[in-house]
Amino acid sequence: MIVYILCFTLFLVGIYGALTKRDLIKIILSLGIMGYAVNLMIILFAYKEGGSFAILVKDGINSNMVDPLPQALILTSIVIELGITAMLVALSIRLFQKYKTFDITKIRRLSG
Amino acid sequence: MILPFLIIIPLLAAFLITLISGEKDNWAIVLSVLAEMSLLTLALFSFFTTGYDTYVYEMSGWKIPLTICLVQDALSGFMLVIVNLIALTSLMFSISYIRQYSSPWKYYALFMLLITGMNGVIATGDIFNLFVFMEIALFAAYALVAFGAKAEEYEAAFKYAVMGSISSTLILLGIGILYASTSTLTMAHIAAELQTKDPQVTYWVAAVFLVGFGLKSAVMPFHAWLPDAHSSAPAPISSMLSGVLIKALGIYAIIRIFFNIFGAPPVFLTIFMVLGSISIIVASYLALGQWDLKRLLAYSSISQIGFILLGLGIGSKLAILGAVFHILNHAIFKSLLFYNAGSVEMALGTRDLRKMGNLRGALPVTTSTSMIASLSVAGLPPFNGFFSKLIIIIAAVQSQHIIYAIIAVIGSLLTLAYFMKVQRYGFHGETVINEIKKPVSLGMKSAMIILAVLCVVVSILIIPGIREITLDPVVSVIISKTGYIQAVIGR
Repeated sequence: MIVYILCFTLFLVGIYGALTKRDLIKIILSLGIMGYAVNLMIILFAYKEGGSFAILVKDGINSNMVDPLPQALILTSIVIELGITAMLVALSIRLFQKYKTFDITKIRRLSG
Repeated sequence: MILPFLIIIPLLAAFLITLISGEKDNWAIVLSVLAEMSLLTLALFSFFTTGYDTYVYEMSGWKIPLTICLVQDALSGFMLVIVNLIALTSLMFSISYIRQYSSPWKYYALFMLLITGMNGVIATGDIFNLFVFMEIALFAAYALVAFGAKAEEYEAAFKYAVMGSISSTLILLGIGILYASTSTLTMAHIAAELQTKDPQVTYWVAAVFLVGFGLKSAVMPFHAWLPDAHSSAPAPISSMLSGVLIKALGIYAIIRIFFNIFGAPPVFLTIFMVLGSISIIVASYLALGQWDLKRLLAYSSISQIGFILLGLGIGSKLAILGAVFHILNHAIFKSLLFYNAGSVEMALGTRDLRKMGNLRGALPVTTSTSMIASLSVAGLPPFNGFFSKLIIIIAAVQSQHIIYAIIAVIGSLLTLAYFMKVQRYGFHGETVINEIKKPVSLGMKSAMIILAVLCVVVSILIIPGIREITLDPVVSVIISKTGYIQAVIGR
């Protein structure tokens, strides 16, 4: 149980950072932390004490393996997160070129 | 079986466009218009042949719990028709509009990826696959919002991307919890498993999904990104985002998950009603104060999404009919209004209502179609918006929700007020404008005329004989609690 709570704490740290930080890069890092927390949690859902990896063994069925599906899901989700992070970094570079700052309180031409 | 082609064709088109396009965008236009025409034909064909049936396509020969499946029923057919119809007109509008930016072929490649994502979200029957297609659509949307390469556009795109990734992470968390409790990812199996589980699980997951998909569909407490993103994007993309993206990713996913998987728990229906009515009133009020035309339209989108959510929340058969009909109507008239805003921006170089004036002489097509769209969104007969709003209000009265009916009426009147403002200042103002910077091209005009005609024509869907073959199957998919499970598993 304690691992789930720690994992959820990590998730909350990420949300806190994404909502309160003023620096573009720190916001991107916080989104990364959020993503890692969720990925870790889904891996933990499939984890089982003393389980082995999910491949076929020589003499039939491996009865004590962890669930491989969440691991496949997480690989996909990591790739998606990589794409989104690259996008955000590219956008923040362009924002820096236009506004000469990373501070979101100074990047405010849209309002209302 | 045509569902896989709705995903393959735009994906292939995006790939080929990036492969063969040079500096000129001619091949990109030919490819994307061809792809989109075939998609619209396929979507119309699938909608009219499906009826009350459900077809399931299982990928690569495996059977259902082991494979990703695509599900085609009346609801997905209906949404596919909306998405591809608006996408085709949007492409027609784009051809000359997008040439004012550099390297337009990239636009068409991203546009096709956006269509891939939305078609995939609508077609899929697997909840993780829904997440993946949603990310494809959002990724293209972030890039397209920033396509104009001005400072404001980067700012809006960054805001949109941050809010989008927060909501996507929440949705992934919800999918993880669902998998942990049901050990399956096929939506019909999840629904069947959840019926045997403690309802607490449903409530926790539904709360996470409500925030996640609420952010995607921009209902009122989660709306902050929408006015920036939708008003900064190029006009055809604004119309795609406001017209169909928030519906495909937000409302459609909410319908599938809350109605088909969770079986419409009454607590969440009440939450939908409350959020919907907050959206209607507050967003209409905020729209009244806007002078930027596209920003006003973006706020108006939030308030119209509120109408749809209110209809879904009331939950009676008539109310859901109204909500489904309003999804179609809002896609048509809001896209048309964004095209009007785009052509005014192209012709005059401004979208501030105070700098516009009497455009009847300079832009006759834009002015007259904007009048039709405004009357339609404000809910005046005989245009389509009138019928859907009327149905939602009647349904609210019939199910004893008098307060919500009054809120919907007030929201309608506020909508009328701010569209009168648009017409009074923007298109029929005092300063007569005769010279324009750039003429509105034939493609843009025809896109606007097609949608203006549809604003009137779509009203006939409400005539009983036609309703029975178009809207009623969609309503029956939404309203039946176990129909989706039966249709997908018990074949």
